[in-house]
Formats: sequence, C-alpha cells, structure tokens
Amino acid sequence: MTQSVVVQVGQCGNQVGCRFWDLALREHAAVNKKGIYDEALSSFFRNVDTRSGGDGPDIYKGKICSLKARALLIDMEEGVVNEILQGPLRDVFDSKQLITDVSGSGNNWAVGHKLYGYQYRENIVEKLRKTAEHCDCLQCFFIIHSMGGGTGSGLGTFVLNVLEDEFPEVYRFVTSVYPSGEDDVITSPYNSVLAMKELNEHADCVLPIENESLFDIVNKIHQMINSGKLGSTVKQNSLVTSSAGSAKTVQEKPFDAMNNIIANLLLNLTSSARFEGSLNMDLNEISMNLVPFPRLHYLVSSLTPLYTLADVNVPSRRLDQMFSDAFSRDHQLIQADPKHSLYLACALLVRGNVQVSDLRRNIERLKPSLHFVSWNQEGWKTGLCSVPPVGHSHSLLALANNTCVKPTFIELKDRFMKLYKKKAHLHHYLHIDGMEQSCFSEAISSLSDLIEEYNELDATKGGPRTDPSRLKIAV
Amino acid sequence: MSIVTVQLGQCGNQIGHEVFNAICSDVHSTHGLCSKKENESYHDACKERFFSEKESEGTAFKCLFPTEGLVSSLIQIRFCFSSYPVPVARAVLVDMEPKVISQTLSIAARSGYWKYDDRSHFCQKQGSGNNWANGYSVHGPRHKEVIMNLVQKEAEKCDRLGGFFTIMSMAGGTGSGLGAFVTQCLRDNFPTSFILNHVIWPYGTGEVIVQNYNSVLTLSHLYQSSDALLVHENDVIHKICAQLMNIKQISFRDVNQVIAHQLGSVFQPTYTAEGGLHYSRNPLGDLMETLVPHPEFKMLGLRNIPQMPENSLAYSTFSWPGLIKHLRQMLIANAKMEEGIDWQVQPPRLGSSIPSSHSTNKPLHFNTSIANLVILRGKDMQSVDLGSFQDPSLYTSWLSPQDAFNTWKTPRAFNKYEKSASLVSNSQFLLKPLDDVVGKAWNMFASKAYIHQYTKFGIEEEDFLDSFTALEQVISSYTVL
Repeated sequence: MTQSVVVQVGQCGNQVGCRFWDLALREHAAVNKKGIYDEALSSFFRNVDTRSGGDGPDIYKGKICSLKARALLIDMEEGVVNEILQGPLRDVFDSKQLITDVSGSGNNWAVGHKLYGYQYRENIVEKLRKTAEHCDCLQCFFIIHSMGGGTGSGLGTFVLNVLEDEFPEVYRFVTSVYPSGEDDVITSPYNSVLAMKELNEHADCVLPIENESLFDIVNKIHQMINSGKLGSTVKQNSLVTSSAGSAKTVQEKPFDAMNNIIANLLLNLTSSARFEGSLNMDLNEISMNLVPFPRLHYLVSSLTPLYTLADVNVPSRRLDQMFSDAFSRDHQLIQADPKHSLYLACALLVRGNVQVSDLRRNIERLKPSLHFVSWNQEGWKTGLCSVPPVGHSHSLLALANNTCVKPTFIELKDRFMKLYKKKAHLHHYLHIDGMEQSCFSEAISSLSDLIEEYNELDATKGGPRTDPSRLKIAV
Repeated sequence: MSIVTVQLGQCGNQIGHEVFNAICSDVHSTHGLCSKKENESYHDACKERFFSEKESEGTAFKCLFPTEGLVSSLIQIRFCFSSYPVPVARAVLVDMEPKVISQTLSIAARSGYWKYDDRSHFCQKQGSGNNWANGYSVHGPRHKEVIMNLVQKEAEKCDRLGGFFTIMSMAGGTGSGLGAFVTQCLRDNFPTSFILNHVIWPYGTGEVIVQNYNSVLTLSHLYQSSDALLVHENDVIHKICAQLMNIKQISFRDVNQVIAHQLGSVFQPTYTAEGGLHYSRNPLGDLMETLVPHPEFKMLGLRNIPQMPENSLAYSTFSWPGLIKHLRQMLIANAKMEEGIDWQVQPPRLGSSIPSSHSTNKPLHFNTSIANLVILRGKDMQSVDLGSFQDPSLYTSWLSPQDAFNTWKTPRAFNKYEKSASLVSNSQFLLKPLDDVVGKAWNMFASKAYIHQYTKFGIEEEDFLDSFTALEQVISSYTVL
C-alpha cells in the first residue's frame, strides 16, 4: 500500500485541506470499527505514540494511538493555520509540519514564488524530506491551492517545482481553485497565468475547480433539502455541518460547504487506492490513462450523487441516474460542458454496491451522446471500489480529459491581456527580485500554446482524415 | 504430473482463486455419477495435478466428509483442533500491490477445503499503473530473482513437473507486462517445460484506456516464449452470465466463476487414449501435442456447453447427440455460446480444385480449424459419435482429420452437470478480436497518444512497431487458412 502527502498552501489551500482531513477521519472511522491501524489508514495518516512526549516513533501495526496527518501546511500569514491549530483537528497535525510567516503575499504571485520561495526553500525541502521519510512507499503529493492569490498561487507553484526536483518519481496531483470572472482580487489574472505556466510544466495532473460551480452545487443541495419533497433530514455526521460536529443546516463559514465538495473529490479519487474492490484504480493508473500527451493533463471532475455531498437522507434514485448526472453541466466542478466538447479520455470511479454489469450498461447507454477523439473511441477507464462513502450506498466520480477546459483558459488569457496591455499593476511584480518582463511573456505564451493544442484537437477531432493504413505483411 | 499455476495481477489472482475453488468443489461433489473406484481415481489424479498435501495446524472449522458443495458444508461442520491435511494449491501469487493477494489468501484459507501456501506469494507496495512498460521493464527485472525462486520451490515440490499455467489479463500493467516478462523467465529457466498462458481479453468498451497497447505488447511477447495462449474474452463471458446464467447484476466474481468452470472442464482429469486404463498424467503436454502442430498458430479458444444457472440443472436433461451437434455448429459458425448460433453457416463443399490456401471458395463466416479437441464428461460418453468433427472440410489441408481432431473423455460428471462437453480449438476463433485490438492500437499509435508514458520506462516506438509487425504476421497466417 502506498502513502500520499497533502501539501496545502495559502488560505484557500488550508481551508480546503482542513475539510479534507476532517472527512478523511470520519470516513476511516466509519469503516475501521476495530480501531486497528491498517493499511488504508496509513495512506494518509501516521500512527504515533505521543505518550513519550513529543514526537514518538511511528507505530506500524496494532491499535490506533494517535493519528497524525501526512500533511504540510504552508501559509505566509498566520490567521488560517492558527485557527486550524485551535480547532478540533489540532491534534491531527504535527507542529513541525507547519511553515508560516506573518505578513502574507499581498495577492502577488511574485512575492509568493520568488520572495518567499527563495526564503523558505530549505525549510520546505527539509520538512518534505521528513514527511517522506515517514512513508514506506510514497506514491503521490497532493497540492491544494488557489490560483488567484499570492501564497497559494506563487508559493504553491514554487513547492511544485521543489517536488519535481527533490522527488521526481513521486506523482504530483494539483487541485487548483481558479478565480471566477468577478473575482475581487484585481491581479488574479496575472497570478493565475503565471501559476499556469508552472502547472503546465511541473504537474502530472491538475484538477481545476471554479468557485462558481461549487456555489451552484451548494445551492442545488440546499434546494433539495428545502424543497421538502424528499422528506430529508440532515444526518448526524453531516458534511455541511460546522467542524464542531453539531448538526446544523446553515453552514458556519461561507466557504465550508464549497470546500467540502473539493474534499470529497480528493477522498473519492483516492478511495480505490485505499480500499479494496473488484477492479482497483490506483493513482498512477489515473495519470497513465488520462494523460495522452504530457501537457494535456487538466481533468474536469464531477461528483454524483449530489446528496452524498450534503449527507442528506434522500432515498437512492436509480443507479443509472447517477451516471447520467455525472455528464451533465450542473455537476461539473468547473464551468464547462464536456458533453458538447471532445473527450480525450474519461475515467469513472464507482464506490459502493455497484457491479461491472451496471458500469457496462451505463457506458453503452451514454456513449452515443459523447464525442470521443478518433483514436480513443472507447476511451474509458473504470474502477470499482467496494467501500461506499459514509452513510450512502454508492457514489461516482467522473474525471474527463476534455477540450471543454479551453474556454476557461481562453477567458483567463483575455482577462490577463486586458490588464497586461495597459501594464496595470505590473510594477508590483517587477520590483521583486528575480521577476522580469520575460516571466510574463513566457507565461502567456505557455498558456497560448496550451490553448492551441486543444484547438488542434477540436479542429481535427484528434485524428487524420482517414484511418491510418495498417502494416502489410508479405504473404 | 503436476501443473504449477502462476497468478499474475489482480485479474490473475481473482480468477486463479476461483479456478482452485471450482476444481476442489468438483472433486468433493457427490454428483460424480460414477463408480466409487472411478471417483477415487479422479480425485487422486486431480490432487496430483493441482495440489500438494500439507499439514495445517489447529484450524478450527474443518469439513471431514465430502458434501454437496461449499455452501451445504456448513451443515456438516465439525470442530477439529488437530492438524488435518488441507490440500495446498500448487500456485505462486504475484502482484505489485498487496490488497488483492491478501484478500485471495484469506478467502481461500477460510473455505476450509484448500489453501495457498502462505509463503508462495510475492507482492510489492505500488502497482504497475496499467503501464505495460512499468510491469515489463521495471518490475520484471527488479523482482525476477525472488519470483523465480518461488516458482522453483513450487516446481521442486512436484514429483514430476508437467508444466506451467499462467493466468493474466492483457489490459492492465502487472498481469500483462510483468506476466510477459515472467513467461520469458519461465522459458529461460525451464526450457523443456510446457507453458500455457491463460489470457483474459478485456471488454471492447474499455476497462483501461491503454488496454490495446498493453494487449499488443503482451501478445507479441508471449508468442515468443509461450507454447500456447488460451483466451477468454470478457465480453463473451459477460453475455453468458446475462443470457444463459440469468444473472441480473453481474459482478466480476460471476464472470470469474464461469471462466473457472470452463477451465476446470478442460483441466480436470480425463482419459486421453481410447480404452485407456489410467487418467492421463500429462495434460499440458497432451494439449500442446494435439492442438499446436505449428509454432505460428498458438491462439486457442474455449467453448463449454451446457451452461445454465445451478437451480435449473435439476430440471434439465441432456443428450450427447444434441450437445455434439451444437458444439460442432458453434465451431463452424464461430458462435461464442449455445444461444444465437447461426445454423446457416456450413462447411464448404469438398472436391473443389482450389487449394485451401486461397480461401475464396470458403463461404463467409466459416471458421476454419487447424486442430480441435473435444472433451466429454459424464455418463454414456463411450457411445458418442464424433464423426461430424472429423469432417475434413472443417480443417486446413496440412493435417489429416485423424490427427487434427482428438477426444478426451471421462465418465465422471463435472461440477454437477450430468453431461458436459468442451471444445478447445486452434482455429480462426480469435482472428476477429485480434484484428480489432491491433486495429485500435494502431489507430492510437498513429496519433502518438500515450507513447510518452511508455518511453518513460524504456519501451520505445520501435518496440511498438516490432510488436505490431509480429501480430500482423499472426493475423495474416490465420486469415489465409
């Protein structure tokens, strides 16, 4: 069994990360009744004997003593991390796994990447090494951050670089929250595009998320709860509740519910690697099957059913409905419409009491309405995990490598160009040591190239005009 | 002679487990419908082939009397604290990640009927990621010694080694890539032993996106080291589950059990010689001898009838002529199961002067055979007329029908089927599936998609081209039969 380490950077990254650890603990608690530290737990948690004071040696078997998250929390201002350390999850984090500073990055990618990056590089490397040493077989780093700010965006992508240098064999999955059009951070297009270049070059897989979509999903869930038709009650250990665990229908913090969705995404993504099933899907299989060309590694994700995200007691609708929903606009975590664009590859990770015949039936049913690239007409990767999410019978995570991400990137480019043409706010960046005009021009050209690759695929539907002729054998 | 089974990857291990289950359950069943002496011979031959005896300490629940199958054995549980010999499967379990193997070992042991040798497995922590190159070029060489040591140990346990049976899927990374590497090692270390690869052909509409690449690489490599490839197609077995077995929500377990039943129907003991007094001792050798006369032609298909839900068995009667007739038509028309057979397809008229290498005179859809093997299990099989299988028009011209067609028989019924007939065929059965897979893989290769994932681990474009060339050759050879 392999281990994964979560690196959460910046305010957004840490808030999402916090939700993730909360949900992970609940999920394992529900599955692991005997309190034995097993392989599934070890993928994200260490078992430490804290009785001897401080950081005892890791315990690899036997009863659970004290669980520590395999995580690194990085933020250039203290507010968010301090809150986490005072909250109910404080014991899950090792005090040595934090890197904080006081003044923040001022929504400036250059400050995050160049200034703090340079300053904290050694510290970061040392702490990463420490977490890696605690792992028997480290498979994957999960980076959680936002693109629009300064720390998550700048320092986050700096850490990505460091990971590639120091741990080239370990996969790098990045969950990036992209800014929406009405983002209140004026310089978010700059930050995002500068960060995109790093993602293009150094990430194995990127799962882009847009706040707008999360917001729509949360609203939908509320509608479902409040419509009354479904006779719903919020469950005891509901996922939209505050971290204090009390059942409330109104979320305490505005982003909690939205962050829960991202946390669920990560849980479902790793479920088949942690738990058993009749067709396992490991993390390295995801990157193998969904990334046909190295730079096209942006995956559109969708989670169904929605009520698993709210933990509402809704009678399970037909299984097939779950599959249909996964391909509808409303369930995507970015503002995109994969159904009307070109699929390069698609993965379906099913959890719970679902069998291969259900999978096949639904793939056959949905295939005709989806456009797959010519060389990958049957491009489906499937996984079946027997363990369902807490309190539900089944769930589905769909990951699509689809050209529908193109509009998102084009919009980003446009917003960037609007500012860049006027040279607005540029001086804030350029006066940082190590930052030059060329950084900007390289970043935008990297983005343009990426958009061009997607354009080509769309234009040719990915293949030559006629089927390539097969090799001929002389008889 | 004994067969050592090597289970590779998730699929190989899941299926292998069901195979041993099916064999054990068959041996312990009281539906043998034959004399006690016959039953004992069968039991002994099967044990020698697949199991070794081993004392196991203090296992609590042991079934001391043979019963009607694993479920009803619960009624006859006896508490037994003394060590009781439990048959130990002659198998080596290999996987690159631990979950499946640990499950397989524990489920087998819990059955109380048989188990795996606790030390006869090898796993690592991280899987092959569906990457053939990773399985073949990285995991293979890295773990070669340990794996071959385990195989050697199993081989040494056998009084006489009859050969190796490997179970793997083509679609993934471990079964396919590491499986191809291990097969090569088996060939290098045991140059005179028989190697039969059981290969699972993935569902046409993907389980794994790069399955066609993995399949092409696997098949081309296996062709070099293996003696024969026995193929099961997931799509076909799935249909059997749906239409013949009436299973509503088909799970991989259901699929694997059908596969296990079909394999059992081939490898359980039989008499290979007419009027033979003993059960054949050399199943793999006999199989190769009858079915693989030429190294260019190694693809074997398997059909088994009848196939039906267990609770229908009591209400069905079978006749040998009926079974034989269906099986023959399934062969000729390339039908995958006994429903939906195209009875219009007939062999071509003999006596035309056009030599059979130009297949213009053959009607479309007619399946030409190189060699066939029919296995009959059940009572009154000695009177069965198999003349229809010896029709020369079914075969290519280079073997006489007497050589091209063989029968194995036993009066002992198999797995509760009063009469059952299996066909192992070296024919054009797999031509179309092979052609499809190569076509799709080539299509993808032309766009260079995913190639970087393979070159990362040392499989270059030239290696792909070599594999394509090898398989096009096989396709061409089978086409002009």
